[in-house]
Amino acid sequence: MSTLDGSASVDDLQPFNDDWMNKYHGKSQIVVKPKTTQEVSEILKYCNDQGLAVVPQGGNTGLVGGSNPVYDEIILNLGNMAAIRSFDEVSGILQCDAGAILENVDNYLAEKGFIFPLDLGAKGSCQIGGNVATNAGGLRLLRYGSLHGTVLGLEVVLPDGTIYDSMGGLRKDNTGFDLKQLFIGSEGTIGIITGVSILAPKRPTAMNVAVFSLSSYEDVQKVFNETKAGLGEILSAFEFFDKQAYELVKKHMKEGGEAERKVFETEGEFYVLVETGGSNNDHDEEKLQNLLEKLMENELIQDGVLAQDQTQFHSLWKLRELIPESAGKAGSVYKYDLSVPVPKMYSLVEKMRERLSEAGLWKEGGGGRIREVVGYGHIGDGNLHINICADKYDDEIEKVIEPYVYEIVAEERGSISAEHGLGVMKAPYIGYSKSPTSIELMKQVKKMFDPKGILNPYKYVVV
Amino acid sequence: MRPSTPSLINILVPVKRAIDYAVKIRIAKDGKGVDTTVKHSMNPFDEIAVEEAIRLREKDKGSVTSITAITIGPAKSVETLRTALAMGADAGIHIVCPEQPVGLANPEPINVARAIKAVIDRSAGDKSKAIDLVIMGKQAIDDDSGSTGGMLAGLLGWGQGQFASKLQVEKEGKVTVTREIDGGLEIVEGKLPMVVTTDLRLNEPRYASLPNIMKAKKKKVESLKPEDLGLDFTPRMEVLSVSEPPKRVGGGKVESVDELVAKLKEAGVLS
Repeated sequence: MSTLDGSASVDDLQPFNDDWMNKYHGKSQIVVKPKTTQEVSEILKYCNDQGLAVVPQGGNTGLVGGSNPVYDEIILNLGNMAAIRSFDEVSGILQCDAGAILENVDNYLAEKGFIFPLDLGAKGSCQIGGNVATNAGGLRLLRYGSLHGTVLGLEVVLPDGTIYDSMGGLRKDNTGFDLKQLFIGSEGTIGIITGVSILAPKRPTAMNVAVFSLSSYEDVQKVFNETKAGLGEILSAFEFFDKQAYELVKKHMKEGGEAERKVFETEGEFYVLVETGGSNNDHDEEKLQNLLEKLMENELIQDGVLAQDQTQFHSLWKLRELIPESAGKAGSVYKYDLSVPVPKMYSLVEKMRERLSEAGLWKEGGGGRIREVVGYGHIGDGNLHINICADKYDDEIEKVIEPYVYEIVAEERGSISAEHGLGVMKAPYIGYSKSPTSIELMKQVKKMFDPKGILNPYKYVVV
Repeated sequence: MRPSTPSLINILVPVKRAIDYAVKIRIAKDGKGVDTTVKHSMNPFDEIAVEEAIRLREKDKGSVTSITAITIGPAKSVETLRTALAMGADAGIHIVCPEQPVGLANPEPINVARAIKAVIDRSAGDKSKAIDLVIMGKQAIDDDSGSTGGMLAGLLGWGQGQFASKLQVEKEGKVTVTREIDGGLEIVEGKLPMVVTTDLRLNEPRYASLPNIMKAKKKKVESLKPEDLGLDFTPRMEVLSVSEPPKRVGGGKVESVDELVAKLKEAGVLS
């Protein structure tokens, strides 16, 4: 669709031009939604020949503006390529189109007793191709590892229209460079992923979830160690969130008209969600009960709840999954996604609060331009999310936060982007996490695949 | 005067282990029941019943002497009792019967009602233990019979307030039950002893907290065989077959009104 031939209005194109947080606004006049890999190839070949810039777009659920045009680049949306191509129940290898929605694919696998090795809050909208292109991490990375390990093969259209096909991926294959790895996490800058071949593990038949309230971040770490030791191979997620995040979720649920339901007798400074997945519920429950007893005896947790049925399982997960959405309701959100050693994780949130408070932007208990600063994330992966809810996006606030946030991460030798990617937001700051040599090599890779620079320009590694 | 519960009542809450509400039901291979190798939890209406009993006690401390949960089912039903105990019930009674495929209600509602009556009769002699109020789910979500509550009240000769969306137990044992009926609310009154069945909107059950789960392990569960109470669970009905509803066929798009009319005629909707 396009405004050029009158087939679409500016409003029609808005959902493609804007991101879901309403932070990034492109001015593209053309959206193309190809149905086949061949069509993608022809489109890219044409654009490459004519020197037209293209932004690949999946579910447009990214957080760093990677899937929206910066100016008027042509949007190539993969939504019309959503088929599951094949599934082999013996090996667990799934092949699907890039535009297949994560939740649909996972439901398809669930029917067959398998699970998609990735799960994240945006599962209802995000697409597999986008997940792979951004190397999404998500909630179950602790258990199933990153996409660099689970993706077996890809079908990618290169900027000149060439189709790179390694869909017949093998689990073991040491013949030359493992080229598909370059595309995983390349954020659409060197090729457009059109097909994914991935290894799906067996779905755990017995799942449990418990949420604890704790009094300090010290205890969060101790509980993490005890949990790893006590649960072993059945531990499938270990998430934490702070009191401020929990309050936002409670407020959001209340405003959404949900019946108020007291979860904890004793609320805490921090909360931890532990999920187990195994094949024998009696075995899992015994382990879990022993762990819970130990945690309570040692007074590492103040209180906690254990889901008694499937409905409670989902409502307890919601306490964690609703944080980004609840933060969005509280204001315009500056989102940071950082990788730092676990012991240092929460100090970054505290440093950020201190800085915003000194700048007169944030006050404990509310009242400043910054309404709240919340910390949460995947302890298991050393991945911290800081969400800063402001009254609106503006330069004054941004200057206080950035590059300060990247400086404190660099001090801990962490990563300024654990899983969200660089996109347009963090492209200028890559130097805080990567050496000049690495950056130079990345530029050479980009130039080799995309000499004319037509794919997702102004982002990622800017040449 | 503020309504208050009468002093010292004993509440009995029947709970059932049923296939989890969120699980997709599949027909068993023999076609006479459903696949029961899936996750089970407490019947949601029974969870509401347990919650309501606990709330009655919390509303007026000292008003409720005891809350006893009872279940009739296979060995694993004891897990369901533990959930009730973790929520706040004081003790449990488990009438153990062999596991059988779920087709028709099994044990049948009349036998369940008789079993609950037998337990109530057993304690009737001792005034400090006699059951004054039974709060139970209006139906179990596995067989959807919805008849045990009424049968129990009939067998006992007690009053009944079915499908409660609000429950008040006042001084002198007056019970007020609000029921959701078509187009409005109906309020009925009765006197203890009574059987009350719960509807969905009565309350939102609490989570089982870890301290309470630990405490629940130490609470007493009495295990009985049907014979101990002079009961016989032999079913009176036989399940012949269980089948899935016909698969829904997807719709299609038509280009014009004429085509639509033609299609409707073809389908026999228009002549």
